[in-house]
Amino acid sequence: MHMGNWQEHRRYTNFKELQMKIMVGYKRVVDYNVRIQVKPDGSGVVTDGVKLSANPFDDIALEEALRLREKGVADEVIVVAIGPADLTAHLRNGLAMGANRAIHVVTTDAVQPLTAARVFLKLVEKEQPGLVILGKQAIDDDANQTGQMLAALWDRPQATFAGKVEIADGKATVTREVDAGLEVIEAELPAVITTDLRLNEPRFIKLPDIMKAKAKPIDTIEFASLGVEAHDHLKTTHYAPPAKRSKGVMVKDAAELVAALKQKGLL
Amino acid sequence: MSKILIIAEHLGGKLNSATARAVSAAIAVKPETIDVLVLSDAPDAIAAEAARIEGVSKVLTVGRAENAHPLAAVLAPQIAKAAAGYSHVFAPSTTFGKDLAPRVAALLGVAQVSDVMNVEASHTFKRPIYAGNAIITVEANPAHTVVATIRTASWPAAATGAGSAPIEPLSIEATLPNHTRFVELQQGSSDRPDLQSASKVVSGGRGVGSKENFDIIYTFADKIGAAVGASRAAVDAGYCPNEMQVGQTGKIIAPELYMAIGISGAIQHLTGIKDAGTIVAINKDGEAPIFEVADFGLVGDLFKLIPELEQAL
Ligand SMILES: Cc1cc2nc3c(=O)[nH]c(=O)nc-3n(C[C@H](O)[C@H](O)[C@H](O)COP(=O)(O)OP(=O)(O)OC[C@H]3O[C@@H](n4cnc5c(N)ncnc54)[C@H](O)[C@@H]3O)c2cc1C
Ligand SMILES: Cc1cc2nc3c(=O)[nH]c(=O)nc-3n(C[C@H](O)[C@H](O)[C@H](O)COP(=O)(O)OP(=O)(O)OC[C@H]3O[C@@H](n4cnc5c(N)ncnc54)[C@H](O)[C@@H]3O)c2cc1C
Repeated sequence: MHMGNWQEHRRYTNFKELQMKIMVGYKRVVDYNVRIQVKPDGSGVVTDGVKLSANPFDDIALEEALRLREKGVADEVIVVAIGPADLTAHLRNGLAMGANRAIHVVTTDAVQPLTAARVFLKLVEKEQPGLVILGKQAIDDDANQTGQMLAALWDRPQATFAGKVEIADGKATVTREVDAGLEVIEAELPAVITTDLRLNEPRFIKLPDIMKAKAKPIDTIEFASLGVEAHDHLKTTHYAPPAKRSKGVMVKDAAELVAALKQKGLL
Repeated sequence: MSKILIIAEHLGGKLNSATARAVSAAIAVKPETIDVLVLSDAPDAIAAEAARIEGVSKVLTVGRAENAHPLAAVLAPQIAKAAAGYSHVFAPSTTFGKDLAPRVAALLGVAQVSDVMNVEASHTFKRPIYAGNAIITVEANPAHTVVATIRTASWPAAATGAGSAPIEPLSIEATLPNHTRFVELQQGSSDRPDLQSASKVVSGGRGVGSKENFDIIYTFADKIGAAVGASRAAVDAGYCPNEMQVGQTGKIIAPELYMAIGISGAIQHLTGIKDAGTIVAINKDGEAPIFEVADFGLVGDLFKLIPELEQAL
């Protein structure tokens, strides 16, 4: 190898070492404004024709990754979605928001959290990100599992329910929203972070960015080609609407309300 | 026959009542044994509390300095080892259990059932999806350990007092990582009842208007001995701290009395109070969706109505 080239190569690798990739989960779900209906025969929920959007927690994950890139902490943000072939337009939104590139793992099967985590692990092994940011939960299945499972399989730290993230000296200092208040932990990188609602407010996508996103690459990977071992899925056998609360009564004033509550033994 | 291991939740040397709720769910499985596992740097006092819960067969303790704080990366490998021989591992569906249980499930290579609200059979459970807008029945494979989190609002706490389960220290060979470190817990200090277990809760929303105005909610709550909650909008606006948020992404609660004041009743909020006994709504907008689920509704300005309520007490 020519000497100059070699030195240039060295410098390049050193430079690369300072930089970091961030991988972001970007799941498409039924929009949070849709009031979901259970099919009368209990076989599922009605999803035909309903509005689909990015999981709100994943928008927050992407926003956080973009801010870290803008701060110079990372140099590349990759959005990942696991799902059917028609996810391309959804991934373009993530690219328009600012991700550098996208990975689409194509499967028509519903993917449960352990399988999603195993898919992410395969991608992590290939891409070697310094940080993986996922939503704390997807608002369809509300499982709240995937990030923790990925961290376990990867044998790396997890910082779930993040309300604040700071990256310095090869570690993440994360403020977590827990039942007792705010918990601060330190996690050595690489690590998995899952987002809570107050981490940030995601930016809006601008029209010119949608045009620009068309030129950004989307890697398409067949689920079967990843060699992810199948696990025992939970079988969903029935869907039911929740027990309905019946509409109560309107009271005319404070005195009537207090009397009613006292009568029920509540005050 | 089923054997159930319940992961105890505790803070500051005290057992969290969510643990006794998980015991109720375990009892519904009709198992042969229900053991409680206490991981702590000083487990004895916590274990003594757990031993008094009715239905508990045995309390196992792992006392290690590394267990001083509930870090999932540290606790999960120990629980995965302790799980050998058990058919089920349960944790409460609190931020503690939600953080920890999936890490255990992944180490065991099994799926997790989140937010169990009903036990149909030893491997069949009901759980909510879509912010509680649908309830699904799920079946787990009986050939594997079931890891599940228990939706605490769906289960009463198992009675405490009469039980006297034996306490046994457990030694677990597990190398624990040090890549994750606890720094601090910032806790709002409050003498008010705990939001998650209180029998009465008064919550304020965006309608309260400011952090200062929130005093009217605190004062009223204190008068009736209630815990204080909030909508996401109120927390986002900085009127009150995050741990007060009630709803899909906050706390799921089931008090006997819930009073929603200046809260519109978005589905994400309502999912947190579905199991409340009596819901009272106070809102100046008679069309607010909260009135669709309220047992008692009162239309008007909260700043006028709350003092009137205090008077009428
Ligand atoms: C009505 C309904 C029916 C279902 N039926 C079945 C079924 O029959 N069989 C079956 O196997 N599963 C089924 N599922 C599971 C479903 O497909 C969920 O996606 C799966 O359980 C994962 O749960 P979650 O997304 O809530 O995970 P969570 O752990 O809540 O997700 C957390 C985060 O992980 C990341 N993530 C998770 N999944 C993806 C993804 N696909 N792409 C990109 N990022 C992701 C995101 O960042 C997300 O914010 C069903 C779900 C629903 C709502
Ligand atoms: C993914 C996701 C998760 C979410 N999770 C949660 C959650 O966990 N918890 C939650 O609460 N929300 C959650 N939300 C937000 C939710 O959708 C609503 O935005 C929120 O609950 C609204 O709060 P609010 O009712 O206080 O405010 P608003 O909807 O603004 O309602 C304020 C109400 O106050 C009334 N009001 C105003 N002034 C007065 C007065 N002087 N006297 C009497 N009444 C008055 C108004 O008529 C109005 O009805 C979530 C949203 C998303 C997208």
